[in-house]
Amino acid sequence: MATLVAPLLALALLLIQAPAVLAGDVVTLQLAWMPLLGLDLALRLDGLALLFALLILGIGTLILYYSGDYLSADEDDGRFLAYMMLFMASMLGIVVADNLLLLWLFWELTSIASFLLIGFWGSHSDARRGARMALTVTSAGGLALLAGFLLLGQAAGSFALGEVLAAGDAIRASDHYPLIVALVLVGAFTKSAQFPFHFWLPHAMAAPTPVSAYLHSATMVKAGVFLMARLNPALGDTALWSLCLTLTGLTTLLYGAWFALLERDLKGLLAFSTVSHLGLITLLLGLGSPLALAAATFHILNHATFKAALFLGAGIIDHETGTRDLDRLGALWSMMPLTGTLTLLAGAAMAGLPPFNGFLSKEMLLGESLETDVLGTLSVIIPLLVLLGATLSVAYSLRLMWRLFFAAPRRSREQKALPPMAVHDPAPGLLAPGLSLAALSLLVGLFPMALAAPLVQAASWAVQGEATLELHLTLWHGLNWPLAMSLLAIAGGVVALRQHRRLAQIAALFSPRDASRSFEAAVLRVIKASLWLTQRLETGSLQRYQALLILCALAMAGIGLVKLDTLTGAAGMQSLDAMLVLGAALTVFAAISSALSHRWRLVSILMLSVVGLMVSLAFVRFSAPDLALTQLSVEVVTMILMILALFFLPQRPPLLVSGRRILRDLVLATALGLVTAMLNYALLTRERPAIADYFLRESVPGGGGANVVNVILVDFRGFDTFGEITVLTLAGLATFGLLHGLKLFMPAGNVEGIRWSPQRYPLILAVISQLLLPLALLVSVNIFLRGHNQPGGGFVAGLITATALILQYMARGHAWTRTRLPISYPIVAVSGLAVALATGLGSWLFGYPFLTSAFGHFHLPLIGDIELATAMLFDLGVFLAVVGATLMILVNLGRVTTIHRPSLEEP
Amino acid sequence: MEALFSLVVGVLTASGVYLLLRARTFPVIIGLSLLSYAVNLFLFSSGGLRTNAAPVIGASLAPTDPLPHALVLTAIVIGFAMTAFVVILAVRARSELGSDHVDGQHGEEEGPR
Repeated sequence: MATLVAPLLALALLLIQAPAVLAGDVVTLQLAWMPLLGLDLALRLDGLALLFALLILGIGTLILYYSGDYLSADEDDGRFLAYMMLFMASMLGIVVADNLLLLWLFWELTSIASFLLIGFWGSHSDARRGARMALTVTSAGGLALLAGFLLLGQAAGSFALGEVLAAGDAIRASDHYPLIVALVLVGAFTKSAQFPFHFWLPHAMAAPTPVSAYLHSATMVKAGVFLMARLNPALGDTALWSLCLTLTGLTTLLYGAWFALLERDLKGLLAFSTVSHLGLITLLLGLGSPLALAAATFHILNHATFKAALFLGAGIIDHETGTRDLDRLGALWSMMPLTGTLTLLAGAAMAGLPPFNGFLSKEMLLGESLETDVLGTLSVIIPLLVLLGATLSVAYSLRLMWRLFFAAPRRSREQKALPPMAVHDPAPGLLAPGLSLAALSLLVGLFPMALAAPLVQAASWAVQGEATLELHLTLWHGLNWPLAMSLLAIAGGVVALRQHRRLAQIAALFSPRDASRSFEAAVLRVIKASLWLTQRLETGSLQRYQALLILCALAMAGIGLVKLDTLTGAAGMQSLDAMLVLGAALTVFAAISSALSHRWRLVSILMLSVVGLMVSLAFVRFSAPDLALTQLSVEVVTMILMILALFFLPQRPPLLVSGRRILRDLVLATALGLVTAMLNYALLTRERPAIADYFLRESVPGGGGANVVNVILVDFRGFDTFGEITVLTLAGLATFGLLHGLKLFMPAGNVEGIRWSPQRYPLILAVISQLLLPLALLVSVNIFLRGHNQPGGGFVAGLITATALILQYMARGHAWTRTRLPISYPIVAVSGLAVALATGLGSWLFGYPFLTSAFGHFHLPLIGDIELATAMLFDLGVFLAVVGATLMILVNLGRVTTIHRPSLEEP
Repeated sequence: MEALFSLVVGVLTASGVYLLLRARTFPVIIGLSLLSYAVNLFLFSSGGLRTNAAPVIGASLAPTDPLPHALVLTAIVIGFAMTAFVVILAVRARSELGSDHVDGQHGEEEGPR
């Protein structure tokens, strides 16, 4: 019961604002949320919002009270109440939202809450199916609605509801108007179960009955009609709008009423009747006259009261008797007089009998249907069809009351053998909410001016967009056409009830067309199609994925080329010389050989190294000394790595591939190569805008270094470099994991079967490497120190150091080197990262942003004037990380062959 | 000269892609390396192909665009890290699957285990 505090508090707050709203004011609250998207946390309380908020909170309170007794003790009522509160909050959000996007957000939230509540008894398959169906239909409608809202916001120039409603003329004049109407109506019709989207609502009856009473009759399904009413000032008052609403409303009214008459399930009958009444409200909104709009809002109120009461009564009967089958139930009046009173009161209101509230709004509908000219001269059929609908609704309402309480139950032979049902009225906790709602429908019918008129009037002002209508509601209008039609409907209803068996026989002549079955079939087809596509795409073959990826790349690059008018741009070409031609020829030869000789793996690697060398030379030629140095040192390390790997991989794999596959790959490769070459050529022959000037200008004053590339790396873009050395270190650390517990299969000899040389560490190499080590370290220190002003820097120096150390391992073996160089490379790499990070963080101490650098000139004896920058400290971090990571990778792979295997415990 | 440069980049791409589509891990690694050469050269060329214009202040009168150089330098080092990782992954894969096929098919045909 503690749950009731929140809705009651909200209700009290609402009532404080009510007098102002009833006088025609609009209470608003604005909080900017995402102003760039036009999404504000804006709330508005006008007459329409007040009407709905009262329904949501009032009926919500009663139903929460009812649920306390309805759910049995072993059910998870915490979860149930949480879902109900979620729904209540989002539904309130819909009605008070003052921003289209906000409204949509709450709209979707109600769909989710509805899904959770329909599927509350998730162990039943019909609950799961009904929940899925409701979610699919309403959220598909929600997407259409979002599209409609986006267009609407564009046409109105704002997403704020107030401005949208004021911009009605501009919206109706915009080109997108028909599309907006179509999309918004799809959203509204799916939510309000209008034909042909009605089918999810009867299936939603798998939910616990309080949910059906609250969501699927009183509130959520009204969100659709709320939306149409809300947007009426912006979208309404056109032929398209009235026609869509009138026709859909009429069809739904008749369709729902007919199936309600035939339905055997108690809740199913109520569900179809809800569909029918929602159609009635849509029809009234479509008729569009001030009085019709007032009748629509009045009927929203009336339907919510009597239908919620009926559902609560149905819940009691289901709860007490254990069945909802109308044919098995009967003669309950003597056993359940209070439940009977409840159902008779509310059922009479549903039938539209005087003096109940349903009678008042139905009279208004009948009156308006006589006045309308929506269908031109064909409008005469509207009152006739409305009369038919009214007759049917009297018939199914009478049938409900008659079968439940007075008719004798029809039982099969076995059931007759059982003792007759002994049931009784439930505890007051279950009865009170329904009885009070039923009493309310009677009281509103008796005293409409006092109880409903101000509220309905304020609401209809909001729907109409102007506060002109003076509403008069009375039970007695004098002898007129609507009264005659009402009497006719009642008489017709009684006749239809008496002839029910014959009507059922007529209905049985038509094959039952269950919309839900075609829905399920469509869902199955979609699943099958996506399964088919997935199986085509996901074959588990990496080669196939590669080929598809390359095809996509080809298509994207091709699009780029199609957009070019001429391949050769305005800048033209520079002249060639012999060196360039020679270099290009060598590169092309080496690249193609490397590709063709891939089965002779050593040859392939050698050819690859030629390509790498030529690329370094290209960097030298085209003014990139830093790149040349880096490429050259990376090249050395990569080659060592690949030759090591070759040792562990098959040396001459068998040829297991068809000619067709080779042809396909050749075509793909050539095509992508061609497209790349053309793109590159097109790029090279055009003038390119560059931001180089900034770096060239700022390098010395801003970074304190003349080597602009190095300054960019350690200063301007230092953060990128930091990320990069992190990746490098991670790759190094990953080798520990990947090589941990590796099963070995080391070949004893080469591919021709010649055994490896027994002399593992050749003497000459050992001597030379020992001589080279100090020299190499000297070079790398030099390159490191000069890096800020001349080509060089931490990357290159690190790679040179790493190569020099690796040479020791190769010449002397792991054990020998390890005893003389007991350094843990993971620690080196990580401390490199730490140094770089500390340098970056250091600038915070001086109040500068991360990685701001400082520099100054110092005079050192012997070496001379030297410029020291904090960037150099950062470069030291880079140096350490590169040395550590490179050695981790190479040494780990190399020592797999020895007894000092890498393992996860070590680093 | 530009045409020749583009031709070289195209050939490197084509060779790399052909090797990427092979079924064994080793050619795929070589192919990745070739493709990174191609990509690096492509990126590098976006700064223009100029001789004697190193982006070192004071070394040349009109230095070339240093930004592609910095980008490519980063790419070379990251490329090395990636190659190293893939190489070791290939070694591990052969040890786990008994084959150097990229899909782990076809058992080992040669060499002692």
